[in-house]
This record gives sequence, C-alpha cells and structure tokens, in this order.
Amino acid sequence: MKILLVDDSKTMRNILKGILNQMGYTDIEVACDGLDALSKVVGFAPDLMLVDWNMPNMDGLAFVKAYRAKGCKIPILMVTTEAEKSRVIEAIKAGVNNYVVKPFTPDVLQQRIEETLSKSSAAA
Amino acid sequence: MDQSAIHPFVVSVRNTFETMLQMGVEIGEPVVKADRAPSHDVSGIIGFNGDVGGSVVLSFPFATAQRIVSVFTGMHVGDEATDDIADAVGELVNMIAGGAKAQFPGRTVSISCPSVIVGENHTVQCARGAVCVLLPCGCDCGGFTVEVAIRSVPADAAGEGRARWVA
Repeated sequence: MKILLVDDSKTMRNILKGILNQMGYTDIEVACDGLDALSKVVGFAPDLMLVDWNMPNMDGLAFVKAYRAKGCKIPILMVTTEAEKSRVIEAIKAGVNNYVVKPFTPDVLQQRIEETLSKSSAAA
Repeated sequence: MDQSAIHPFVVSVRNTFETMLQMGVEIGEPVVKADRAPSHDVSGIIGFNGDVGGSVVLSFPFATAQRIVSVFTGMHVGDEATDDIADAVGELVNMIAGGAKAQFPGRTVSISCPSVIVGENHTVQCARGAVCVLLPCGCDCGGFTVEVAIRSVPADAAGEGRARWVA
C-alpha cells in the first residue's frame, strides 16, 4: 500500500507518517502543497492520499479538483481544520472520499483510513 | 467583555491540547491586553477574514514551546531546532483557529496560513484600534498566552456592514 501525504506542515506530515507506520504502512511519499503533490502523484502512483486543505501555492481542494479532472479515482482522505458542514460538502463534491477534522486522535485517523479503503475496495 | 466571541477560542485551545497532546489546559480570566505587554519568545499568528475578522496569537516562552513541541511530535526538540518549533507552533495555532472558526455558525469566515515569530522577548501588537483580549493559559509544560482580537459583525447587521471590536 503506497500512501501520499500532502500537508505544508512538516510536523503534521511526521505525525501522520508515525500513525501510518504504526498501522503497518511504510511506503509513504510526502508533498508540501498541491503543486508538489501534482508533480509526484503520477510517478509515485499512490493507493491512498491524505490531503490537507489550507496550503500555500495550491490548496488541497484545488489539488483534488485538478487530480480528479484527470480521471483519477484513487481514494482521498482530507485531513484539515475546516470543520463546517458546508466545507465538508464542498470537499465531497470536489471528489474527496472521506474527511478527518484536526485535531484528531490516532484512533480516529486509523478508523477513517480503514473506512476509506474498505469503501474503495467495495466500489471497485 | 463579549464572551460569545472569546468562548470559541477557550473551547478550541482545550480541545486542541487534549486531543493532540493529551494534556489539560488551565485557562484564566480573560483580560484586555495592555499596550505592549506581555513579551514572548515564540508566537504563532493567524488572521481571520469575512463575517468574523481579526487575529489569534498563540505565544510561548522558548522552554515551554520546546516542551510542548516535544510532546506534540513525540521527539526530542533541541535548542537549535527553531524551524521545527516554528512549524509545530504554526500547526497548533492553525488547529486552534480552525476549531474556533467552526463555532461561529452561519458566518462566512476564512483563516490565513499561520505565520510564526521566533525571537526572544518580542511583542505582538494588534491592529490599530483593535481591542485585544489575553487568555492566560497553563499546562504541564508551562504557561503560555492566547491573544484574541476579533471584529464581529452581528448577524442582524451583516447586511449593513456594521462591525465592532469585541471587548
């Protein structure tokens, strides 16, 4: 399982990587914003992406829209401080498969990742 | 003092520390900040825009920031790791601002990406004419402050553009 983490915060990337390592996922690539993610996603070919929303250069929502516009269907879990219902709806409409609001516990993140992967397998 | 604009930040500070650091926070009585006090060593700043405008500043003495970031990241943070400290403080104030934002229902609010200042004994001044409320906070890693300067447009006045600084 290959996972692409997209977040402008090195702290958050390290926290997410730690949780993913504990879940047994070790093939992880990181990107620091949407533009960086677009440059890496094709070559790395992840099976799952965790994407922050508010980032410089290209935010997470713009990245998701650009990625989905290419016809790509890899599951995307948005990990963000944007908690309002309207923002969640906006993200789902853009093509996000699941959503985690910061701050989060490792258990909640793990549960959402497993949910996302399970739904993605069922849909395939 | 209008507690309705401050309360979301109190809730969000507690929620962020309890969730990400598994640490309780004692928050003292809010006070209107005196002009150039207090001073800090590490400050994370986020601006608010839209129906709720202003800023929130999360500030620490350096040793407290080091301890908190060590807990947050699960790694030892040395004196020289100012970039790591700045990044982590930026993420903490991001979560606090986001959590507070979600508690202004029915308002269109956006928040900036965080800026972080690392420098011994600096002060952060509010916008000219703004009233800044200081929340004195304490946790197992030490004391810190959260400063909130919020301009809130009352829901019934949004159409007329009337605004007031909260104090």
